[in-house]
Amino acid sequence: MFKIIDKKELAEGIAQFDIEAPLIAKKAIAGQFVVIRVREDGERIPLTIAAYDREKGTLMLVAMRVGKSTALLAELKKGDSILDVVGPLGNASEIEDFGRVICVGGGVGIAPVLPIAKELKAAGNYIISVIGAKTKDMLILEDEMGAVSDELHICTDDGSLGYKGFVSGFLGDYLEKNLTGEDPKKTNIERCIAIGPALMMASVAKVTKPFNLKTIVSLNSIMVDGTGMCGACRVAVGGKTKFVCVDGPEFDAHEVDFELLISRQRIYCGDEGVCYDLYKEECKCRK
Amino acid sequence: MAKKTVSDKKKIKIPRTPIPEQDPKVRARNFKEVSLGYTEEDALLEASRCLQCKKPKCIKGCPVEIDIKEFIKLIEEKKFEESLAKIREKNTLPAICGRVCPQEDQCEKECILGIKDEPVAIGRLERYVADRELKRLADEGKECVFLDGTHECTREPVAVIGSGPAGLTCAAELSKMGFKVTIFEALHKAGGVLVYGIPEFRLPKDIVQKEIDYLQSMDVDLKVNMVMGKILTLDDLFKDGFKAVFISTGAGLPYFMGIPGENLNGVYSANEYLTRSNLMKAYKFPECDTPIMKGENVAVVGGGNVAMDSARTAQRLGAKNVYLIYRRSEAEMPARNEEIEHAKEEGINLKILNNPVEIIGKDGWVDKIKVIKMELGEPDESGRRRPIPIKGSEYDIDIDVVIMAIGQGPNPLLISTIPGLELNHRGNIAADAETGKTSVKGVFAGGDIVTGAATVILAMGAGRKAAYSIDEYIRTGKW
Repeated sequence: MFKIIDKKELAEGIAQFDIEAPLIAKKAIAGQFVVIRVREDGERIPLTIAAYDREKGTLMLVAMRVGKSTALLAELKKGDSILDVVGPLGNASEIEDFGRVICVGGGVGIAPVLPIAKELKAAGNYIISVIGAKTKDMLILEDEMGAVSDELHICTDDGSLGYKGFVSGFLGDYLEKNLTGEDPKKTNIERCIAIGPALMMASVAKVTKPFNLKTIVSLNSIMVDGTGMCGACRVAVGGKTKFVCVDGPEFDAHEVDFELLISRQRIYCGDEGVCYDLYKEECKCRK
Repeated sequence: MAKKTVSDKKKIKIPRTPIPEQDPKVRARNFKEVSLGYTEEDALLEASRCLQCKKPKCIKGCPVEIDIKEFIKLIEEKKFEESLAKIREKNTLPAICGRVCPQEDQCEKECILGIKDEPVAIGRLERYVADRELKRLADEGKECVFLDGTHECTREPVAVIGSGPAGLTCAAELSKMGFKVTIFEALHKAGGVLVYGIPEFRLPKDIVQKEIDYLQSMDVDLKVNMVMGKILTLDDLFKDGFKAVFISTGAGLPYFMGIPGENLNGVYSANEYLTRSNLMKAYKFPECDTPIMKGENVAVVGGGNVAMDSARTAQRLGAKNVYLIYRRSEAEMPARNEEIEHAKEEGINLKILNNPVEIIGKDGWVDKIKVIKMELGEPDESGRRRPIPIKGSEYDIDIDVVIMAIGQGPNPLLISTIPGLELNHRGNIAADAETGKTSVKGVFAGGDIVTGAATVILAMGAGRKAAYSIDEYIRTGKW
């Protein structure tokens, strides 16, 4: 049982949980994730570790309510417990002094970008953060991202704050403005990290490709065990099959077959809908 | 009063007592246990067939050397609890082994009654005494507890990684010797293949849980959600005071064929398919939250017990047609005969001497599987005749789910974090067959992680041997 020490609503349907997990907190590094099960008979779902406190022995997880499991999680309050949390899983992010790094976070994807941006900053990089949401009310972790960035750029689909449009649109313009002039398309940026919905990461990859900008994405495929035992999370990277849980979760965006990733994310949409609807009915009856 | 004995000649004439089973048509649509188990009458009759040989061969056939002759004699004498105690001297999981052991290749193969007739149903008798005790305790509202819960472990701490049959057995034996054992399990439930691999209809999970509860009553500490190599390393364990480590992480790496279309929606590894159904209880969806694709036409590739389990699960999930595609002939199938027979009775279509070459998709989903016919040539290194494709014999089968059950390998997650650990060419841990010693001091290994995917009982045998070896190492300090 993993106690929720604190809970914050970051936006409509998006909550931040600080949970007691001392052993995981001791070993966790940016880029890694945990697999949780909210209740007995529940699903196992992966959530990236948004922050960890080795002294307090806590982890920060951010989840958006999209189906039954995340809805069950959203119901939990401070003082409640999550039944199972296992981790830290996956490989750590590559943290080096690359130079100038763009960190792109879309929607709830901003949460997993945060620890990476933080560690890259600590390693001496100049951090240019680009964070986006549907509207300014849906934007999360703005202050936290600001604290670890040298530049913070905000994008909203509806233009209620910052740039009007997708993060990939902003990124394209930004890269054009930062050409060094040597090579036709070379910028003064060494690396790009992008985490968010699969379509967003695919768009970012398309935008950065002509600039030859090394782009790392963290893939959000369906998982069951998270330890390389079942293959549910398999993706194609550079034409080869990889398991996101043990070979990733981060990969070179220009090698990832996003079409396959998005296709495989759809496998249980029907069942998930049925389950979520039944759950919502249950909740109505209870009230 | 003189004990009535049946003469040997009369014993030989008694046929092997059949075991009541659910009707195939009924059971093909439910997850309840197929085999209903002997009644007391059945058990007494079957036990009376045993010739009580002076030099019983059956014991040699048992990987953990259960005193079979004696436990059967105790059944005949209606001393059921003593019979179970006799089995438990060598086997910590009798209710499980009685169900899943390939007795036909082990103890029953050696039974001399089997020469001219059918061997004594040793496995069914083992199951009977174990189940009888479990039922008695359940009826009395009691727990199954080792030494009435008084057992305390005061010797050195030992770590066991993996709570499958090898790990559970090693932990039990070490605990009996007084070592304080902590089992570290990666999943959220203990049992390994016993919970995620073998389906409910072959091995009910409440039985597995009772066996694990029994173990925990031996003062064994069980920690779930611990992925060793990630949350703790072996170095951490030794620093924390553990004197030895037994690695029994099993065969947790799925194998795929590498044919086109394997990443289409609807293609599963058997590990994933069975884990969803067995561990996550997807067969109860939406009562349980984990979904599983319920194909109408399902192809299972493989010929072992895992393939049978996958096919029979698909059938129970409501498939119209389940095809088992196997590249050799039925005689070469590694699955237990009992499993193959049960599968056929339940309506599974065996497509032997067939091999998939491509999975064809439509809009990202599985639509057909292209299969080529095979013929058998000369034997390969496994001793079985090599299957050779017949040119031009390809044909398509309309299917919507494919399950790859072609074997499981060693999961490298933990192994890759242990410097100096010698592996074989397949990535299995190189460990001494008798002692379980690896190339790293204080580290032992056994079960599927060493041998490759094998059986529950072989894993248990390895766990047992390692326990004695660990005891010697800790006592003498000699490596």
